[in-house]
Amino acid sequence: MTSKEKSWKEASLAGVCWKSSMTYLTGDWKTFKPVRDVTKCTKCLLCTLFCPDAAIHWDPKKGDIEFDLNYCKGCGICANECPTKAIVMKIE
Amino acid sequence: MKSVVKQEIHGLNGDEAVALAVKQSDVDVVAAYPITPQTIIVEKLSEYVANGEIETEYVCTESEHSAMAACLAASATGARVFTATASAGLALMHEMLFVTSGCRAPVVMAVANRALSAPLNIHGDHSDAMAERDSGWIQIYAENAQEVYDSMLQAFRIAEHLDVQLPVMVGLDGFTLSHTLENMHILPDAAVRKFVGVRQFPVVLTHEGKSVPYRLDPENPMTMGPVALPNYYFEFKRQQEEAMKNALEVIQQVHDEYAQMGDRHYGDGLLDPYMLDDAEIAVVCVGSTAGTVKTVVDGLRAEGVKAGLLRIRTYRPFPDEGIAKALEKVKAVAVMDRSMSFGGNGGAVFHEVRHTLYDATNRPYIVNYIYGLGGRDTSPSQIRKIYEDLQKILQVKRVEDHVRYVGLRE
Repeated sequence: MTSKEKSWKEASLAGVCWKSSMTYLTGDWKTFKPVRDVTKCTKCLLCTLFCPDAAIHWDPKKGDIEFDLNYCKGCGICANECPTKAIVMKIE
Repeated sequence: MKSVVKQEIHGLNGDEAVALAVKQSDVDVVAAYPITPQTIIVEKLSEYVANGEIETEYVCTESEHSAMAACLAASATGARVFTATASAGLALMHEMLFVTSGCRAPVVMAVANRALSAPLNIHGDHSDAMAERDSGWIQIYAENAQEVYDSMLQAFRIAEHLDVQLPVMVGLDGFTLSHTLENMHILPDAAVRKFVGVRQFPVVLTHEGKSVPYRLDPENPMTMGPVALPNYYFEFKRQQEEAMKNALEVIQQVHDEYAQMGDRHYGDGLLDPYMLDDAEIAVVCVGSTAGTVKTVVDGLRAEGVKAGLLRIRTYRPFPDEGIAKALEKVKAVAVMDRSMSFGGNGGAVFHEVRHTLYDATNRPYIVNYIYGLGGRDTSPSQIRKIYEDLQKILQVKRVEDHVRYVGLRE
């Protein structure tokens, strides 16, 4: 626990969230991160559909997918579902 | 300055008294499931709703777990909420009781105290509510139907007080209070409305940076009841303990204010002593049995015995300082428990009274009597025997067996 965390007197009543969930980076829970081999990836986008945290986005400008590691919890579903085995999970 | 309002006398049982108090208290939502000996409460309330006598939303749920879940949700929107249950119904609510208190929802509930199965038993004892003493709910136990009515009206004020914001359980002994007709004084509707007022809300800071009332409102969204992991859960539990401490003061204030208006008081609202000032021997009890004990005390006093009674009206928060003070001159104390803590060497009330007296300068002799389980009758002669036992303890200057049973066939 760090010193910036609130005391029981400072914390909100019954835990009403004083911060937006957007600022809570759940990506720091992960042990494994997805690593993609671009030569195998066919951009089928199955990974973007299966990701339970919506942490894989299609970037139309780049014409490619993008992993948002701030929110990826490292579950490995993308690697499991990838039909070409282009994604592997590596320890952080 | 007393300004006692004119009151009518009605013949009501404890359950009907609860329903009437709810009817008069501008309750927005009732979500409940019927169970003996509470059933009359919800029957009366559904009659009031069906007849258009109240504008309360009555939600029929399929279980008590759902009833409490619905109460919590309704309370979160800012509604004033009531429910009633007993025995197995309260046990089924167990999980939701903690969620409700943890969310600081000021729900008020009447519990027609009844035994828990098995064996199946529908009669009065305190097994149901005592098992929920650590659920974060304020617990008030009444002695008679009049006090049930009065306590219900006070309960909304206590629960909704900004320094408290906790749910309140009002206990009425099954059948002895729930089903027994009593002549009682009823306040006019207008006086009750004025007393209970409208629900107050503490201000909370939301994730949008707004300071708004603590209730669900689409204009001012907030996250209620979130996950709190090891780095925060503990802090929120400590807040609940502080609210309980605040409630000790608030219960007395609300009780005093009510006494000013209605001319009825029950000790200081926390503890209700009887002939205790110069007592050498005393009984401590909870609930309707206090009425029988008072009769016995009157008889003993007529014989010159310095006997007294301390009734614990508010069991949560536990008024330990008041108990220590009330019993400081008493030489021998008998604590009566109407439930068991199996394997705990005595009942819950005994444990806590004895724990309170640990720091006393002059610790009295103390003994526990388990009584009245499953509606077993407790007679004046049995209570008189308890006082005689206390006299014997003072003679022999020791307590042979700390846990004893009243009216049990040996």
